[in-house]
Amino acid sequence: MKKPVNYSGRRKFLKNLSLFAVGSLALSGCGPVTMKEFLQKNFRTLSKKEKDEIIKDLEKKYTAKYGKEFHVTDEPAADGVEFGYALDLSRCVGCRRCVYACVKENNQSRDPQIHYIQVLQMEKEKGIDFAHSDVHYNPELVPEEGYFYVPVQCQQCRNPQCTEVCPVKATWQEPDGIVVVDYNWCIGCRYCMAACPYGARHFNWGEPTIPADEVNPETHYLGNRPRMKGVVEKCTFCIKRVRNGKYPACVEICPVGARKFGNLLDPESEIRYILANKRVLVLKQELNTQPRFYYFFGV
Amino acid sequence: MKYYLKTKFKIEYLLFLSVCFLIIRCNDTSEAYKPGQIQKINPESESYLKHEEIAVSPPPFSDGVFPCNDCHAFRKPNPVRRKLEWHEDITDIFNHDSENRWCLDCHDLIKRDSLRLASGKLLDFKESHKLCGQCHGDKLRDWKVGVHGRRTGEWNGKKEYYLCVSCHNPHSPKFKPIKPEAPPFREDEEIK
Repeated sequence: MKKPVNYSGRRKFLKNLSLFAVGSLALSGCGPVTMKEFLQKNFRTLSKKEKDEIIKDLEKKYTAKYGKEFHVTDEPAADGVEFGYALDLSRCVGCRRCVYACVKENNQSRDPQIHYIQVLQMEKEKGIDFAHSDVHYNPELVPEEGYFYVPVQCQQCRNPQCTEVCPVKATWQEPDGIVVVDYNWCIGCRYCMAACPYGARHFNWGEPTIPADEVNPETHYLGNRPRMKGVVEKCTFCIKRVRNGKYPACVEICPVGARKFGNLLDPESEIRYILANKRVLVLKQELNTQPRFYYFFGV
Repeated sequence: MKYYLKTKFKIEYLLFLSVCFLIIRCNDTSEAYKPGQIQKINPESESYLKHEEIAVSPPPFSDGVFPCNDCHAFRKPNPVRRKLEWHEDITDIFNHDSENRWCLDCHDLIKRDSLRLASGKLLDFKESHKLCGQCHGDKLRDWKVGVHGRRTGEWNGKKEYYLCVSCHNPHSPKFKPIKPEAPPFREDEEIK
């Protein structure tokens, strides 16, 4: 009997070669993603050692890119803290100072432009009416007669639909209530953007650009570290600041003091005083998202 | 005998209880959050241990008006409401229930470097919020708990309060309209 010719050596070689070619093509298509980053696991499954190593690499990468010493932390949520936010609709004048303070603090891309806060101008006669609201208003002076202003950003829902629909679990709710995104794990499918009823999530359609002199080098892994093209990002209540005890940037900049922030579990906090003593509402209550972001009337 | 047994049992029971107590005390090192207590976040930073609230320094007076006594010491006090020949910068903008009120409703006639409550009590200029509060009590109450007005600093620690006069001009307290920042970029702008 004749022994069959064995092609497996050559076949195997060709098969591996084509796999390698496809693989390297896919990787090169992703831009400057290193093999290490490509193989990185979901943030929540990383060990302390792995996290530290990743953070060190990131700091090095950002420092080289922006010519500034960068710090990246992964400070976890503190026990007994659940963040809440309240915005005084009777005071907001629609000046958009918060929008740009947020862009600066959180290293949002300038071009293509990403804003976490959308200030909606609404007619007093119509009340809260998203369909007829205007985000592009641009008069000489604000507030305009007959209008009021509703700034909308991530509502940090207790029942977030965005995390529910994520097919890869790249976004989740932290124990202190902040909904975060692991940018390295995000596949950019934008399901979460479709699920969010507040339009609070934003996609990096292009490579984000931040002027090196404006970049904020104090960053958090799950928050304001520079992002890459093809991932979704959102407001994190300035996770870098609030986990260090500071107020979010939008709270501090507001010239009329319309923005209030604090710990919902601390009965002495400003936010609890508002919930107990003021007329409070949440947006799209009927959807049962249960926001931690409240709107109130201070007067 | 019966009595002895009873006491012995009692002593053992007490010993057991005290040992249990000691064990529980030794294990209880957790820093559980209790409502009303300030949560310690970062052990290095002491500022989280207590609420420290600091008022920002009041805004400076207009050039050359303070101390008022530099001029008023040489002038005869006149309590009659009239159009002033001086302080045009204030009289021109004065808009604070101007129909019913004028200078001496807040400023003292004799002690010029003081403010004056309706009760006659004199106040330092640094305590002007108390003067505002005698009419705007609801605002003062909200301000004290940080709901009216601005605060900066730490949400759970050291804060800076802005005073009433840091944001409001006491002679014309209503906010003036301001210029808004640029609207977001519009995708269809180029097409138009």
